[in-house]
Amino acid sequence: MIREFSLGEVWFLVLALRWTVLLTLVAFVGGTVGGSAIAVLRVARSPMLRGAAATYIKVLQGTPLLMQLYLVYFGANLLGLATDAWASAALALTLYASAFLGEIWRGCIQAIPRVQWEGAQALALGHFLALRLVILPQALRIAIPPTVGFLVQLLKGTSLASIIGFTELTRAAQMVNNATFRPFVTYALVAALYFILCWPLSMSSRRLERRLDREGVAAARVNVVAVNT
Amino acid sequence: MGYVFQFGTVWREFDHLLLGAWLTLRLSALAMVFGLAVGIAGAQAKASSSRLMRGAVQVYVEAIRNTPFLVQLLFIYLGLPSLGLRLTPDEAALLAMVVNLGAYATEIVRAGIEAVPKGQIEAGRSLGLKPWQIFRFIVLMPALRTVFPALGSQFILVMLASSVVSVISAEELTAITDTIVARNFRSFEFYFVITGIYLAMSLAFQTLFAGIDRALFARWADRA
Repeated sequence: MIREFSLGEVWFLVLALRWTVLLTLVAFVGGTVGGSAIAVLRVARSPMLRGAAATYIKVLQGTPLLMQLYLVYFGANLLGLATDAWASAALALTLYASAFLGEIWRGCIQAIPRVQWEGAQALALGHFLALRLVILPQALRIAIPPTVGFLVQLLKGTSLASIIGFTELTRAAQMVNNATFRPFVTYALVAALYFILCWPLSMSSRRLERRLDREGVAAARVNVVAVNT
Repeated sequence: MGYVFQFGTVWREFDHLLLGAWLTLRLSALAMVFGLAVGIAGAQAKASSSRLMRGAVQVYVEAIRNTPFLVQLLFIYLGLPSLGLRLTPDEAALLAMVVNLGAYATEIVRAGIEAVPKGQIEAGRSLGLKPWQIFRFIVLMPALRTVFPALGSQFILVMLASSVVSVISAEELTAITDTIVARNFRSFEFYFVITGIYLAMSLAFQTLFAGIDRALFARWADRA
């Protein structure tokens, strides 16, 4: 029996949005922790630590997010852990976000002029204190626009969790489509729902960036590639 | 842990994986060529004097950049047939990749065009160049040169995103692997190996683009 596409379907999709938002937030919080570590390692004094962080970024940015999801999902299974789509998606997206945020924040740290490091050194601050007290507070300001920009990318990336069976917005769309056979309306509506979440973020990222430019802050020419997932 | 990794199965199927890699490369290369064409057209339309034209391109770019590629793909493959446009999985995959890349490329190329100094266009006019000559030699080539690194990154992202088209069973590396895994259940081993293949392909593209950058744009004066 084919169900009508009614308000009930619309409401079902709107409710599924909370899982998309929740997954985005979990991965973003995890990615903030992981990304901070990667960024700090990327500017560490030990070449080995720098190299390890650079390799992590290169591998995670050079492979499809879908493969990262698959490897975490099937890998957890091999380790004897229950294959849970929610946990796998959260972990894979956290690892993914750590790499991108780490690379963005490294760019911001390195955009801070050298003299700031030298000034900190003249005040007898060690590498870590200089980073914490002098560099990071300045880097944080220029980090905000590209970080918000990445949030959009992460939010769109959560749609891939549907492929390993986690019921967020895209998976909910598949369910609605299977019941109603109205793919045009269903996917147009789902696209609109993603757009409602992403567009304000994209706009504010651009506005913040323009404001930094106006204020003449040596805005990091962080090469944040506009990413699509 | 009782699991024994069996990578031997992977090597026995390696020919299929190489075929898949080739299909992924072909699909991505086509998407890059057409996507760049869409991007150049879009950037030109954004510089047009018609408000309607500029608005339409803006809507296209924002709609694509703020929705997931997977949803765009499913909309094209499952949704468009109700408008009478029925596509095979391969066609839908290519169309989705071109539409997606076109939006990002529009923004990238536009940024390059805006960076071309006005004085150079005026100089072109005073030399008596025709409008298309000005666009081709004074605006487009220097603009592409400026943004080539950004375009290259975007191309690689599209290649990586192409693994997603396996959900509609378009022919490429991930879809071929899905088929093999459905037969022998060695999911982890196979996805691990093809992840390595994807990594190798993105590194190869990086090297290729750096080479193209040097070969193609070297005769244009050094980058500012």
